Amino acid sequence: MKSTIKDLEKIASQIRRDIVRMVHGCQSGHPGGSLGCTEYFTALYFEAMNHDPEFNMDGIGEDLFFLSNGHISPVFYSTLAHAGYYDKAELATFRKLNSRLQGHPTTHEHLPGVRIASGSLGQGLSVAIGAALAKKLNGDKSLVYTLHGDGELQEGQIWEAAMFAPHNQVDNLISTIDVNGQQIDGPTKLVLSLGDLHAKWEAFGWDVLEMKGNDMADVVKTLKLAKSRSGQGKPIMILMHTEMGYGVDFMVGSHKWHGVAPNDEQLKLALAQLEETLGDY
Amino acid sequence: MKKYTYTDKKDTRSGFGAGLLEAGRKNDQVVALCADLIGSLKMNDFIKEFPDRFVQVGIAEANMMCIAAGMTIGGKIPFTGTFANFSTGRVYDQIRQSIAYSNKNVKVCASHAGLTLGEDGATHQILEDIGLMKMLPGMTVINTCDYNQTKAATMAIAEYEGPVYLRFGRPVVPIFTDPDQKFEIGKAWMVNEGADVSIFATGHLVWQAILAGEILAEQGIDAEIINIHTIKPLDAEAVLKSVAKTGCVVTAEEHNRLGGLGDSIAQVLATHTPAPQEYIAVNDSFGESGTPEQLMTKYGLDAEHIVLAVKKVIERKNKNA
Repeated sequence: MKSTIKDLEKIASQIRRDIVRMVHGCQSGHPGGSLGCTEYFTALYFEAMNHDPEFNMDGIGEDLFFLSNGHISPVFYSTLAHAGYYDKAELATFRKLNSRLQGHPTTHEHLPGVRIASGSLGQGLSVAIGAALAKKLNGDKSLVYTLHGDGELQEGQIWEAAMFAPHNQVDNLISTIDVNGQQIDGPTKLVLSLGDLHAKWEAFGWDVLEMKGNDMADVVKTLKLAKSRSGQGKPIMILMHTEMGYGVDFMVGSHKWHGVAPNDEQLKLALAQLEETLGDY
Repeated sequence: MKKYTYTDKKDTRSGFGAGLLEAGRKNDQVVALCADLIGSLKMNDFIKEFPDRFVQVGIAEANMMCIAAGMTIGGKIPFTGTFANFSTGRVYDQIRQSIAYSNKNVKVCASHAGLTLGEDGATHQILEDIGLMKMLPGMTVINTCDYNQTKAATMAIAEYEGPVYLRFGRPVVPIFTDPDQKFEIGKAWMVNEGADVSIFATGHLVWQAILAGEILAEQGIDAEIINIHTIKPLDAEAVLKSVAKTGCVVTAEEHNRLGGLGDSIAQVLATHTPAPQEYIAVNDSFGESGTPEQLMTKYGLDAEHIVLAVKKVIERKNKNA
């Protein structure tokens, strides 16, 4: 293991501070899903993935990550900065004019670490499958990771990709769904029920794992397990159970913080709950 | 009028199939994807020779476009194949976000474009695809006119870095371009030099423009015919040079008159040297079932209609003089 769970938790705490400050700084963006997925991003970039911050688009010989639910860009951007892809000072430009840190991630402004534009939901799984196929053609043994929101599963294209990957034995793919049960208009079970996700993905032919997404030790353990089960003929799906807004008590568990920025008072309250461990940008 | 003859007729989609095979032989990074239309897209020869570099996606075009985008990451040059309708309108957002905005080196190759798809009718006869694709920043849009040109274009786009929309069709049409031509993206082809009118034609309308040119020549009208195979980026220099000489324009395309080649030409003229222009295009309607020939006649996309449009536009030019 590269880092201890304590080390990773420290990084996560700083990323959460960044998320809240970034969203406050431009008074827009999506704090809820970002905070809920912080353990995942931290474990992925500081433990699970073999990746090179000297960014190269083709990523030959390294693990790749695709963020399909692009609206949780704050957690992605902060993670990339702390992982060394660019200076963390750039986080202050999030969602502002002439920034490389666009509201939703894009390759258009050549931000290191981003390999595809996302935001319009449902496309990232297909893109990742394509990248995984290219790796196989290239004889490249490294892996491809993706993250999706649970609400995103309401997009039909997800199920086109869900069918394709097992049929074609895309077993160098480890996908994760952020199962927080929330979407913009309310709980997923009220907006459009997702049903038994474990049974659904299994029925499509995926190797399905579950993890507690806000428990760093469990995230690290499950990603390791997923890696060990790659290359066995099946794509891997991790159902990651999180709470939207995790880490900030007044944001936890409510769809109301999907895409709302905190005001000055709320920022103060939030930062008081999140230890500054690596220095604010 | 320069004489154009042909000894053989073939569908442009077969030119695509032949070009894809050649491109695959030249560069092992070329891969092909298809959404359950291998035969229609003439991809069989490529698949036979390079089975590992072919991806059958099934009837899932959105998935296909984004898989293609992903395959560029790692250096592949993906060619997607399906009907023009399913290559554009059905997957517009996928192309917009994952290919055009992400600047991925994907070649969106579309057969059965326009009315000449024929009997299947309007659900499949897309007449809006050129407009949809040319509005995407960074997208190159090509519509080829015969087998040889389609083959050459397919090989050329494999060597070009960036997203491309390549449009071709189903019907068997005369082969009148050079089999050994070098296809230059963005460069208009002078079919016939003339002085009285500029006819800018693309796709299947190029042959009709040649037939029209012969009829006009017999009547003493000297038509300049230019093939605009690349609608974007448009060869504005060739357009302006020609119109400076002739002073009037007919554009001809198998597309809605809104958003196609005609509008691209009109925009160049309006912002440089306005000139009278007539459109040979579908008049903002859907198509219908019928044979390709019947449909092209009914919707006014043939040599006779080009002749009428030329006479009308010359009259307008003379009135202005």
